[in-house]
Amino acid sequence: MEPWPDIPGPDVNADAAPYWAAAAEGRLVIQKCADCGTFRFYPRHLCPGCGGDAAAWTEVSGRGAVHSFTVVHRAPTPAFRALAPYVIALIDLDEGPRMMANLLGADALETAIGDPVGVVFQERAGGVRVPQFVRRSG
Amino acid sequence: MLRNKAIIAGAADSDIGKLPEMSGLALNAQAAKRALDDAGMTLADVDGLLTAYSLTEPYFMLGTVLAEHLGIAPRYCASLVVGGGTPGAALHHAAMAVATGQAEVVLVTAGENRATGQSRDAAVQALTQVGHPYFETPYGPLVPAFYAMVARRYMHEYGTTREEMAHVAVRARDHAVRHPASPMTDRLDVETVLASKPIAEPLSMLDCCLISDAAGAFVVTTPDRAADLFHPPAWLWGIGESHTHEHITLAPSLTETGALRSGRDAYAMAGITPADVDFAELYDCFTIVPIIEAEELGLAERGAGGELFASGETAIEGRLPVNTHGGLLSYAQAGASGGLHGIVEAVRQLRGAQGERQVENHDIALVHNEGGVLSSHCTMVLGREKR
Repeated sequence: MEPWPDIPGPDVNADAAPYWAAAAEGRLVIQKCADCGTFRFYPRHLCPGCGGDAAAWTEVSGRGAVHSFTVVHRAPTPAFRALAPYVIALIDLDEGPRMMANLLGADALETAIGDPVGVVFQERAGGVRVPQFVRRSG
Repeated sequence: MLRNKAIIAGAADSDIGKLPEMSGLALNAQAAKRALDDAGMTLADVDGLLTAYSLTEPYFMLGTVLAEHLGIAPRYCASLVVGGGTPGAALHHAAMAVATGQAEVVLVTAGENRATGQSRDAAVQALTQVGHPYFETPYGPLVPAFYAMVARRYMHEYGTTREEMAHVAVRARDHAVRHPASPMTDRLDVETVLASKPIAEPLSMLDCCLISDAAGAFVVTTPDRAADLFHPPAWLWGIGESHTHEHITLAPSLTETGALRSGRDAYAMAGITPADVDFAELYDCFTIVPIIEAEELGLAERGAGGELFASGETAIEGRLPVNTHGGLLSYAQAGASGGLHGIVEAVRQLRGAQGERQVENHDIALVHNEGGVLSSHCTMVLGREKR
C-alpha cells in the first residue's frame, strides 16, 4: 500500500509498544481482557468493561466498517499538506473497538459510512509500518 | 445544591479581534479590570482566581501566573483545563467556593492572543493538541476534521443538511454585526457559506469559528452582596457538567453527547424546563455543534435542530434567540474564551438595554460550554432575579 515516506512514524509510548511491534510484522493486535473477554483500543491499563488489569495482546481480523469519515483539505503540516485531500476515518473493528486511521487506495475519496474495510500496513519515514485501512468489496 | 447560592456580579470582554500590541495575559487583565469595574469592585476585593490555559504563551501555572500579573495573592486559585468547557466549569467551581466560604469574590478569566501571538503554522499546530498524540495525530487531523466526522455521522443519522448548518453561520453573523465590539461587520448568506473553501468535508471555512485575540472575565460572589453592585447581578439558578471522553475515538457516541446529562442536571437544579428558557448562548465552534446542543438541551426535538436554525426562530427577534452576540463563529474565539463571551453576553442580556441586539424576553438565560470534541460539557441556567 502506498507509502508516506515524508510522514513521521508515530511516537511509541510504553502502553502501546506491543501494538507497534506487531505492526512492524504486519499483524494487528489489540488488548483483550483476561477476565471478561472485552477487546479494547487504544491500549490502556484497565479494562473499560470490568476494570480488570490483566490483558492479552490478541491478533484481530483487521476487518471493520466505516463509522464516519472526513476528506481533509486543510492539513496540519507541510508533509500532510502535500497529500491533501486525504481521508481520515473512524473504523469500527468487527471485534468491537473503534480506531482512527487513514483510508488509503485509489477509491478512498468515494468512501461512504458503513463501507467495509480491511487493514493494510503502510510504510512511513524510517520504514516504520502503521496500520491503515482500505475499502474492500463484498 | 447551588441554586441561589452565587451571583455573577460583573462581566466583560477584552478588546476583540487582532491585537498584536496585547499579550495573552494583558487581554485577561484587561477583561478582569473591566469585569471588576462592571461589578463596582476592585482587585483588592478579589480573594479567589480561576483561569484557563494558554497555547500561545509558555506559562506553566497559569492561575498563579495571572495572580502575579494582576498583583493579587488569592487564597483560592487554579487553572482549569477542560477546553471550551472551562469557563462554565470555572463558574461551577467558583460558585462552590463562595457557597462554602472558601472565597468571597472569585474572579474568572479565560482567553489568549490566539490570532497574533504565534505564527500561522504554530496556530494550526495548536489545533492538533486536542487529538490523541499516539492514535489520532498520526493520521493528520486538525480540530475541524474531528467535528467533520461528527457532522457526517449526524447528517447520516438525522438528515441534517449543509444548508441548515449554513443557516447557523448566517444567523450568528447577523447578530455579530449588531454588537458594537464585533470584528465582523458584513452579513453572510447561505450560498456564501456553502461556497467557502472546504476545510474538512462536510465543513467549509465559514462552518468554522474565528481565531481571535480575546479574553473575557466575570466576578462570582455571594448573594448578600447583590444590593451593593453597580448593576443587578445574574443569579445562578442551575449548573451541570458531564465529561464523557477526551478523544473522539473513545466518544461513547458521535450523536449523543454529555450535554444531555449536563442539561438535565442544570434544569433540575434550576427547577425549570427547556420551555421556560428565554434565550440561549450555545457553544458554536462549528455549525453542527449548536444544532446538536439545541436538541440535547431540549430546545428542539432530536433531528429538528437544523430546522430550528433555518426557520428564523433563533434570531434576536425570534421565538428563541440564540447566540445574540454572534458566538464563536462571528464574535470571538481564543482558546477557552469562546464560552466565556457567551456567559458575558447572557449577563448583559439579562440586565437589558443592549441596543439593537437586546432580546425581548430576558428573564432566563441558558448557556452551554463544550470542550474537546464534544468531550466536556457545562450547562448553566442564569436568572435575572433570585429563583
